[in-house]
Amino acid sequence: MEAGSIAHQFVQQLINGVSLGSIYALIALGYTMIYGILKLINFAHGDIYMVGAYVGFFATSILKLSFFPALLMAMVVAAVVGMVIERVAYRPLRNSPKIAILITAIGVSLFLEYGGMLLVTPQPRTFPAVFAAELYNFGGIVINSQQIVILAISIALMIILTYVVQKTKAGKAMRAVSFDTDAAKLMGINVDQTISFTFAVGSGLAAAAGVLVGIYYNSIDPLMGIMPGLKAFIAAVLGGIGVIPGAMAGGIILGIIEAMVSGFISSTFRDAAAFGILIIILLFKPSGLMGKNVREKV
Amino acid sequence: MSKLQNTTKRDLLALGGCAVIYAIFQGLIGFGVIGPFWELNLILIGINIILAVSLNLITGFAGQFSIGHAGFMAIGAYLGAVATVKFQLPFIAAILVGAGAAGLLGFLIGLPTLRLSGDYLAIATLGLGEIIRISILNTPYLGGATGLMGIPRYTTFTWTFLAVIVTIFFIKNFVNSSHGRACISVRENEIAAEAMGIDTTKYKVMAFTIGAAFAGVAGALFSHYFYIAHPASFTFMKSFDILTMTVLGGLGSITGSITAAILLTFISAALASYPEWRMVVYSLMLIILMIYRPQGLFGNKELSLKLFGRLTGGKKRDVA
Repeated sequence: MEAGSIAHQFVQQLINGVSLGSIYALIALGYTMIYGILKLINFAHGDIYMVGAYVGFFATSILKLSFFPALLMAMVVAAVVGMVIERVAYRPLRNSPKIAILITAIGVSLFLEYGGMLLVTPQPRTFPAVFAAELYNFGGIVINSQQIVILAISIALMIILTYVVQKTKAGKAMRAVSFDTDAAKLMGINVDQTISFTFAVGSGLAAAAGVLVGIYYNSIDPLMGIMPGLKAFIAAVLGGIGVIPGAMAGGIILGIIEAMVSGFISSTFRDAAAFGILIIILLFKPSGLMGKNVREKV
Repeated sequence: MSKLQNTTKRDLLALGGCAVIYAIFQGLIGFGVIGPFWELNLILIGINIILAVSLNLITGFAGQFSIGHAGFMAIGAYLGAVATVKFQLPFIAAILVGAGAAGLLGFLIGLPTLRLSGDYLAIATLGLGEIIRISILNTPYLGGATGLMGIPRYTTFTWTFLAVIVTIFFIKNFVNSSHGRACISVRENEIAAEAMGIDTTKYKVMAFTIGAAFAGVAGALFSHYFYIAHPASFTFMKSFDILTMTVLGGLGSITGSITAAILLTFISAALASYPEWRMVVYSLMLIILMIYRPQGLFGNKELSLKLFGRLTGGKKRDVA
């Protein structure tokens, strides 16, 4: 390949990587918030993303909703599912050994996957085209209109999240609980309610990612959450687990690296690259790129 | 001296018990009372016991979370199969090759990663397990995505039973040795253990290596029963499965791991005729059991005849 073609390929993969990465970032935000507040790796988070995709699918195909109402509906339903899961499966184990909660999270994840298969059949479904995919060609670099929508919505959601966490009372409570649960309780913060709220917000973001992926790849199935869930988790660790801007940056970086590996090396090594990054970051900087010694976690 | 004799006597008694159990099952298989379906499940139970007990050594006794056990199993399955398929070695050599390779890899991986603790270690092992699987997937010599085929079926009930007994005795004696005590002290409090002069890294790596080696044995048995070693058999879901058995039985309880492995394999087999419900019931059971019994079925207690004696009103003694 000559230099011009490599540069061209590089920019193209950069664009693909950013749009894929913003999806990872949306899922990673939920992971990082829940970890920050409960110290729990919520393995069911990837499946919430799947639930979101399915709600979006049914909202557009059966209820004939347009894109934004469908997205909103998916987020609300997923938020409720997330809160129910927390209430039923995680809250009774608040004071149990961590590994018991981890196993419960795995149980919830399996339940959502196989319960989903039972409910909506294991066959992949084709997501209806909510808007026409237009291709814009800038001197040989192709940008899909869906990629623009994905990026725009992800950024909008991240701005809203940052506002909620930094400026509202509920956000302040989240930050307080994640900083020191006991002290927060003593200050009169309703910890259970705050944890519930965190699950709702995280699940809503994951559902938004699910709908966006459904539109982008056109195909959804009950096991679609497993790999993106793990990748998003890697993204959260990469950025520094518990740190909100870290999850955003980690998601984008991971997306770009994956796109580069599949563009320049081979797509079969894409997953290995993601896990390789995980190992490297854990060995050399376990607190992540943006993690500090005294960190503000939500 | 008398204590030593006592231990030996108990070990001999246990061995005798195992021989009786073996004779019963082998007889039932021989007379056709246990058909192929349940024979398959008996062998699966054996393999799962090896996996659960070996993970219990790492997670239950040394206190190091590992969710990459399927990766070591994959190494054992593949390299064991390479030994028999490509080099025509006998089965025992395949098992030893599988165990050795998995143990060596466990040692090499354990050395850097065991500096991490808690969740971070769990994530790192999960990642390493997946890297092993993806590397196998991309190695044409090992069959790549289609899997390594044409493996002779060497695994029989006898082999499995023997391997289970060796695993349990080895790990039980390891845990009761001074090395095992050192591992337990690392679990209880790493800083205190270090202050008492225990080389914590050494014991963590030791437990990890031994656990990985036995996972390799289980892998070799697995691939030599199913004629094929396929990358899809060793995903992180398999690691979760193993972890589930270990935690459900009780961390730090070998008999707990055995019971849980038997229980879960049975449930899975009993639900085999309702494939669409199988995983739903399995997952619900997992959630409910964890909510009501977070320390596992047995906690860190061992099921023993002594415990039965206590339950029936015998002299109250501490069950270690």
